[in-house]
Amino acid sequence: MSTRVVRSGYLLEGVRRFGLTGIFFARLLAACVRSLARPRLIVAQIFNAGARSLIIIMLSGLFTGMVLGLLGQDVLQRFGAETALGEVAALALLKELGPVLTALLFAGRAGTALTSEIGLMRATDQLTAMEVMAVDPMSYVAAPRFLGGLIAMPLLVAIFNVIGLYGAQLIGVGLLGIDRGTFWSQMQSAVSMRDVTEGIVKSVVFGAVVSLIAVNEGYQAEPTAEGVGLATTRTVVASSVLTLLLDYVLTAVFL
Amino acid sequence: MRATRSLEIGTGLFVILGLAALIFLTTQLPSSGLKLSFGKVPGYDVTAEFDNIGDLKVGAPVRMAGVRIGDVTAIGFDNQSYRADVHMHIYPQFSQIPVDSYASIDTEGLLGGQYISISPGGLSTYLKNGSQILQTQSAVVLENLINKFFANFSSSSSGGGAGGGGNGAKTPNQSKNP
Amino acid sequence: MTGSESPQRASSAPADDAVVDVRDVHYAIYGRPIFAGLNIRVRRGLITAVMGPSGTGKTTLLRLITGQLFADRGQVSVFGRDIASLPGSQIYATRRRMGMLFQNGALLTDINVFENVAFPVREHTDLPESLIRTLVLTKLEAVGLRGAADLMPAELSGGMARRVALARAIVMDPEVLLYDEPFVGLDPISLGVILRLIKQMNQALGITSIVVSHDVQELATIADQSYLLSGGCVVASGTPQDLARSDSETVHQFMTGSAEGPVKFHYPAPDYASQLLGVDEA
Repeated sequence: MSTRVVRSGYLLEGVRRFGLTGIFFARLLAACVRSLARPRLIVAQIFNAGARSLIIIMLSGLFTGMVLGLLGQDVLQRFGAETALGEVAALALLKELGPVLTALLFAGRAGTALTSEIGLMRATDQLTAMEVMAVDPMSYVAAPRFLGGLIAMPLLVAIFNVIGLYGAQLIGVGLLGIDRGTFWSQMQSAVSMRDVTEGIVKSVVFGAVVSLIAVNEGYQAEPTAEGVGLATTRTVVASSVLTLLLDYVLTAVFL
Repeated sequence: MRATRSLEIGTGLFVILGLAALIFLTTQLPSSGLKLSFGKVPGYDVTAEFDNIGDLKVGAPVRMAGVRIGDVTAIGFDNQSYRADVHMHIYPQFSQIPVDSYASIDTEGLLGGQYISISPGGLSTYLKNGSQILQTQSAVVLENLINKFFANFSSSSSGGGAGGGGNGAKTPNQSKNP
Repeated sequence: MTGSESPQRASSAPADDAVVDVRDVHYAIYGRPIFAGLNIRVRRGLITAVMGPSGTGKTTLLRLITGQLFADRGQVSVFGRDIASLPGSQIYATRRRMGMLFQNGALLTDINVFENVAFPVREHTDLPESLIRTLVLTKLEAVGLRGAADLMPAELSGGMARRVALARAIVMDPEVLLYDEPFVGLDPISLGVILRLIKQMNQALGITSIVVSHDVQELATIADQSYLLSGGCVVASGTPQDLARSDSETVHQFMTGSAEGPVKFHYPAPDYASQLLGVDEA
């Protein structure tokens, strides 16, 4: 009897959270329009979300590309098709690895920072103080951070991809001796505009989802040290799972 | 705001870097995208007609004795002769290619990308801008090769090979559409 | 005094000198009643103290006055208008006439002291930079922290942070100042400074003040009017002297801080002996 109550309570709590996020998203979109009048704040958040994640994104991109180079070479030469390395690396990076890995890294680096920052602002009454000072914290705090993440994500993915391609070329051409022209011409003939678009659409969607979750969790966090910690964990878990889930959906849509 | 200037510069750099990467991906990678050519690369253009270019693609290398001397710039179709019309751009330092040279389409590795290989002729007049290479050999289409191999194989030894031959005979029709 | 929400009544009802008029307010959070028939009048130019044991909804009262929460029944009139009946933009306009000091200052942690004080000015006006500078330094001077203008909030002590927050609260020259537990966690010197500042803001600038606290002794020295909350409504009101002389047990217990009285030391629990013996589980 009591366990059933608890279970339905959990279910209801889940539904409630989902609804809260939905309402928050609607309010956030409205606030985004208003916050466009404060480009300075958005710039600051692009810096926080984007420029500060740049090093980790570039390093990860480089090594991902290099692994693709080694692995691709190893598998492809079993079929005598090692010249197709450029094609394999480009498609893997553009369509999957770039958007997904960047989104996961972004959730860990920028998402957690957003959640804990907003959570602490709530815990120390800063958001309430803004409301009392007749400044809407949705358009002053939440919306610029959301927009910053939304703008930074596609740029980070693009940088990840380019560095990744460079890493793959470094291994394929530099180390394993594939012709540079073959590498690029194979890549260019195999990649269609649709593949590039798919990658960009994915990166925009992931950017929106991760930023929304991070800002929402920070905003709804219990205003205590423990609550902020839990909210940060939830940000990573929820945005990682949702990123992979949406990746499946988007891949199916673009297929 | 605190440290506004350095923040703005940092953001600016990040956005420029990101946009540059984005532009690179959208224009340079897909075959349909517009290629930025930073001025015309010096050199000269020649053409050649092939019966079958196989899997040759724009951007593929043109080689002589294994050395890259140019690349494929365009692939067309001749409505009169029903042959493929391949345009190549040769780098300026390779200016002494005899006019009776011989162009063939070769494959790198077993399944690798295809490229144009040029074997030199003997004349002392050289290819120049707009010349056509007359002697050509088509791409070796792997599927045809396999078909032949299995045909021979099954006629010499009946049994397991026949099934493989049947499979081999079907695939070309499905996968041979460019 | 029914829970009518018609705006016509709201604009006509309150008396002239009542800046904030809380009438018969009922409010509950998740079904737990916080207020049941609360009545408080804050008169212009006076310091009104709202006292009560922890958990009696003192902070909730401030949120009702600033229009962050709305009463379930009854009405909260601010500057003569029912705050619940106002559209969002009007609520914001009303808030601009109020200042609020938070328990821990609630300074924005990513900008320095100067920018914190300048924040409301920058948000609500288009004053030139030189004028903002003069204005902010004047207010910082008033709380004695002009020298700390370039510090970050993290570098301030609790008392200093609260003084900066006070400078921020008065920078837009509000008509009403709300203080949420201004004395909590301060050393005696900082406490004395804050007390003096509250008095000074009230006398020199004529700002109506509402101080929410449970520090009875401190409040008694500055308050013109006091309300004692308990169980969701006002149990006693008057000057601090009136409260001190009150013969109500609740008032007496709170004013003297004794452990025994109407407010029980023990949280409600089943019978001690039977629980220890474990006979109540069946």
